Amino acid sequence: MSATLQASDTLPGERAGLSRALALAFVAGGAVVMLAPFWFMFVFATHSRTEIMSLPPPVFFGAELLDNVRVLTERLPFWRNLGWSLYVALASTALTLLFCSMGGYAFACFDFRFKKPLFLLVLGTMLLPGFMNMIPAFMIMDQLGWIDQPRALYIPGAAGAFGIFLMRQFIVGAVPRELIEAARMDGCGEFSIYLRIVLPLVKPALGTLGLVTFIASWNNFIGALIVLRSPEMFTLPLALRTLQSPVDTEWGALMAGAAIATLPLLVLFALSSRQLISGLTAGAVK
Amino acid sequence: MPRLRLPALSPRWAPYVFVSPFLVLFAVFGVFPLLFSLVLAFHTWEPASGLESMTFVGLENFAFAIEDEWFWKSLGNTGWLALASGLPQHLVAIPLAVFIHRSIRRWRDVVLGAWFLPYITSTVAIAIMFSAMFSTDFGLINQALQALAQLPLIGGWFPADPVDWLGRPENIKPAIALIVFWRFVGFNVVLYLAALQSIPKDLYEAATLDGASPVRQFWHITLPNLRPMIVFATTLTVIGGLQLFEEPFILTGGRGGSDQAAMTTAMYLYRMAFEFNDFGAGSAMSWMLFGIVALLTWLTNRALDPRRRQGGGS
Repeated sequence: MSATLQASDTLPGERAGLSRALALAFVAGGAVVMLAPFWFMFVFATHSRTEIMSLPPPVFFGAELLDNVRVLTERLPFWRNLGWSLYVALASTALTLLFCSMGGYAFACFDFRFKKPLFLLVLGTMLLPGFMNMIPAFMIMDQLGWIDQPRALYIPGAAGAFGIFLMRQFIVGAVPRELIEAARMDGCGEFSIYLRIVLPLVKPALGTLGLVTFIASWNNFIGALIVLRSPEMFTLPLALRTLQSPVDTEWGALMAGAAIATLPLLVLFALSSRQLISGLTAGAVK
Repeated sequence: MPRLRLPALSPRWAPYVFVSPFLVLFAVFGVFPLLFSLVLAFHTWEPASGLESMTFVGLENFAFAIEDEWFWKSLGNTGWLALASGLPQHLVAIPLAVFIHRSIRRWRDVVLGAWFLPYITSTVAIAIMFSAMFSTDFGLINQALQALAQLPLIGGWFPADPVDWLGRPENIKPAIALIVFWRFVGFNVVLYLAALQSIPKDLYEAATLDGASPVRQFWHITLPNLRPMIVFATTLTVIGGLQLFEEPFILTGGRGGSDQAAMTTAMYLYRMAFEFNDFGAGSAMSWMLFGIVALLTWLTNRALDPRRRQGGGS
């Protein structure tokens, strides 16, 4: 038996060596192609417009980064835009973690009337395409007087279906119901149970959800496009777009801005790529 | 020691308190706007002149959309872009995931990270980056093509003159499709890789014992077992592709490019409302697009669903 196994293993084994080399070349070459645009974005961010437009274009870092940032701050209220992006992303992350962990906890550990239909509702909202919300979102913000207000960007999505679903799935596995019952027996209040028992147990899921929320908010373009009107309230993606013009675009400054908008994501990704990838595909893989 | 005193809450009411943020936000920012947009689809309205100016017009907004040449054009553009960016994603992602699954162990996280990175990058940064790369005069893509055109034998396949990627209607669609492909292919690789990891190893061992070649194993074990994920991932691509907005919007300065060649339906309904101030027609179009998304999602599932194929296959 083992002899047959070895015999039949050698031939595909040799072929596997070749196909392995091909696969490696394909996968690694592809990875380089995937990363090339990032490389050139960071390289161009350190060159002047004339250098970028020269032939052949620069392939390594130059010395014009500070100059590009200066142009950026002249053309835009750049630091304010950056500050708003950060503020909205942090506020959005904090609120989302609070609301989604609360909702997820309720769906995971309680039995209550309308629990099933409500959970179906949560799942149903995940299926609703984003464009459906464009016009109504503007109108409701207009009615509330939230046009040009950062809160219009971080409040509406704070109890999102994805977050509640993610938290619920995690809490079901991570928080034993006996533990909650025991705490209740000991006279622990419901809020304390949530704060002192549930939250510490679900830290990994909070980390994942926090990362995903921060990135989504940092990149949010359509939401900002619809509710923000004045340039000094713009978040970074919206502000950068105004630099693009059909004639004499400041390429160096634009690339520096794009690079600054990308840098935090690269850092987060480098620190937590595994957690991030599993978080972003969580709905799909589970 | 001062301690935070929380109000007492009975276990009976606690779950309602815990889901209340979802309920409130969902009612205010989910249900209400959606119903309002449905109502609006049957009205004309100028937001500047207040709610009183709303007038019921029946199906007029829908009729307007159906007779609107640009609406149809935008649907055609959306379909073209969804197909040209979507299909290659899966044709590349499936073999790539198989390669990674079979041959890459130690560097897997790094390689996967490189392919996945575009997915988490801001679309605006991506669009800015690519508008430089696609530039006619100094863009790297044209320079690479021109360098390839100098080569003997295969040089003739490549354009010797600079291509106006973003300015000409026939070029801008492939350019945008390439960007969308680049952005989402890694996401699909991750999905397929997760599915591959759940295929039992002994299936392959048995097939190897029977002398089945890797290619046969791919067709008879890998693909059938991947099918549920193919259905799911394709559905996501269809839904996402039909909503395409940010890439074409930013690359064309929100105008759709010359001859409206890159104006997707999501972009067009945005312009209908926010540029032409016709919120009624915009809402009608969003419901029509929603109907199309739902229909195509259903058709995709029907075409790829394993239960419907079982009788005929392998």
